[in-house]
Amino acid sequence: MYKIVSKEMLTPTICRMNVEAPRLAKAANPGQFLIVRADERGERIPLTISDYDKDAGTITIVTQQIGASSSEIISYEEGESFADVVGPLGIPSEFIGMSPEELKAQRYVFIAGGVGTAPVYPQVKWLHERGVAVDVIIGAKTADLMIYVKEMEAVCDNLYLCTDDGSVGFKGLVTARLEKLVLEEGKKYTQAVAIGPMIMMKFATLTARKLELPIIVSLNTLMVDGTGMCGACRVTVAGKTRFACVEGPEFNGYDVDFDEAMRRQTMYRKEETDANEHHKCRIGRGR
Amino acid sequence: MANKIPRVPVREQDPKVRATNFEEVCYGYDEQEAMLEATRCLHCKNPRCVAACPVSISIPNFIAQVAEGNFTAAAEIIAKDSSLPAVCGRVCPQETQCEGSCILGVKGEPVAIGKLERFVADWSRENGGVKPEIAPANGHKVAVIGSGPAGLACASDLAKLGYAVTIFEALHRPGGVLEYGIPEFRLPKDKVVAPEIESVKALGVKIETNVIAGRTITIDTLLDDEGFDAVFIGSGAGLPKFMGIPGENYNGVFSANEFLTRNNLMKAYRDDYMTPIHAGQKVVVVGGGNVAMDAARTALRLGAETTIVYRRTENELPARREEVHHAKEEGINFAMLTNPVEILADEKGWVRAIKCIRMELGEPDESGRRSPVAVPGSEFEIETETVIMSLGTSPNPLIARTTDGLEVTRRGCLVADERGATTREGVFAGGDAVTGAATVILAMGAGRKAAAAIHEYITSK
Repeated sequence: MYKIVSKEMLTPTICRMNVEAPRLAKAANPGQFLIVRADERGERIPLTISDYDKDAGTITIVTQQIGASSSEIISYEEGESFADVVGPLGIPSEFIGMSPEELKAQRYVFIAGGVGTAPVYPQVKWLHERGVAVDVIIGAKTADLMIYVKEMEAVCDNLYLCTDDGSVGFKGLVTARLEKLVLEEGKKYTQAVAIGPMIMMKFATLTARKLELPIIVSLNTLMVDGTGMCGACRVTVAGKTRFACVEGPEFNGYDVDFDEAMRRQTMYRKEETDANEHHKCRIGRGR
Repeated sequence: MANKIPRVPVREQDPKVRATNFEEVCYGYDEQEAMLEATRCLHCKNPRCVAACPVSISIPNFIAQVAEGNFTAAAEIIAKDSSLPAVCGRVCPQETQCEGSCILGVKGEPVAIGKLERFVADWSRENGGVKPEIAPANGHKVAVIGSGPAGLACASDLAKLGYAVTIFEALHRPGGVLEYGIPEFRLPKDKVVAPEIESVKALGVKIETNVIAGRTITIDTLLDDEGFDAVFIGSGAGLPKFMGIPGENYNGVFSANEFLTRNNLMKAYRDDYMTPIHAGQKVVVVGGGNVAMDAARTALRLGAETTIVYRRTENELPARREEVHHAKEEGINFAMLTNPVEILADEKGWVRAIKCIRMELGEPDESGRRSPVAVPGSEFEIETETVIMSLGTSPNPLIARTTDGLEVTRRGCLVADERGATTREGVFAGGDAVTGAATVILAMGAGRKAAAAIHEYITSK
């Protein structure tokens, strides 16, 4: 079970894997996430589902190397297997429940940041397959770090790229690009969806509010079980504590307390730094 | 047969030593101690202990075999009614069940039934175990949701009756609360839990981990597409409750579920696992149940000075006496008649203290307990780095939301009759998913009753 059937590095630190998980692939919908545990001693890592193939029984995950646990996932090769892959978790994207008429009336703009571009893809693909108008803005630090450009081009109406250094597309932030589209280029959208780093989603929400555009964000909170049991994922939404794993991960961006959510993401930073150092030490000594 | 010897004491790890490790607290009886203790049983004509046991173990009968040194025979008697004796001998609240009803307890100390059960189960495991009778396969399939005590008990009984049983477990290891909730020092995982689960598997029960009912599969797909004749839902307690006081989302506030799951299932206390856990120098645990004791004693073992905050007095603590006693021996502070009103943080949003108010007991409420009332103006702060909320749970809505015709109570628990039948034909339920958070043994009892009801349902179809 959970065999890695293909692996490719999209950038030097971002890796895409297709993994066997037939039950999960069969049940998956856009907007949901899964949990991977690389080996017996590993952490349970929540990752947004980047694609699924119900016939092949595989799911796609895209992981960026940031800490010890994500490095562990990336260190696995094609043909090897993860100890555990479980899901789909969370509530599917809102549009899954819309009627064809409702969908036809929508004009979506997706704002994708960094590794968050990958989970945007199945949502855009799902809408595109149903003839819904979808534009996508992808933001990355530099052209080298931008992922899913070709894939996204194939499934959206208009694709807008932004980089911090201008090495490809618009030089500047995704929020500036969104403002330009709406205020200068006369684009009209009914719904924005932002997936990426928490700080990007915070500012995307501020911009959307200014443009009077409804916005949905996908919160990548800390989690253990992913089924509502631990409460590590709690976020304040419209003044109420909600569990992102069972009531999200997607919420109305206007209602999210992003500052609290960002602070809560750092909960185990000290322990993780220690683990990273410990991890390095061990390799150093062992070899 | 009756004699006047006092209850045989059980050997335990020294409190000072065990406060720094996760090894089991209680060593249990050896053969001589068990045989001696077994001679204390009066073999009452109407054994009140059996009536008080949620799974009706033939207690005097197994004890008679222990007294004679026939430990295999004792194990066989227990195995007829319990699939998890090594677990129950350790975690059952015997003082309110079998031992609480023991006639010897009226004037003195009851027979140590729990310790005897544990001895028999451990001895049996180390000496080859019991080979249960299994009926020939009857061609019917039953799905069990959750591999905790309710699911394991239900699956065992059905497998013995010849059913092909598959358990679906949401987490990566089977065992439910035995694995994620109860700590190693009370219930060793590799030594006790894993072998008990292996013995359930030896009955032919299949366990599929990483399958979440209501997400990966639904009750309907099991019945309609996968050919199961009936489903038993033993999905457990659910979502942790918080107090709703200011500051609960500051960094350093955890549910007991998270804290214990990180340490038990995810083995955060071990250097060779990657799981992070945050305790710090000082920990406050809010609540007075067994889970609160477990969280506090875990925090203590991770090196924190630990205080339990509870709004009533020690007499009302819902935890087992033994757990309270052990916690005190180990050096946990008990702040009784104390209720949190706010959690305070530093400028970066990390917990620095918990603000509490003193309480006094007022008039009895509908449960008969005197309800605590705040003493005006008595607020004070307890400095702490970590706050662990252990206030119970509310039911997980996942299954009810994704299954048509499955009714829930106003509190969100699944509606089921005393034999486990839900409002949906072919779907049964038991354990915490029905009752709200309770005990391992009550969940096992519910699982067994439902197994009998499922057997009746399928054979009469």
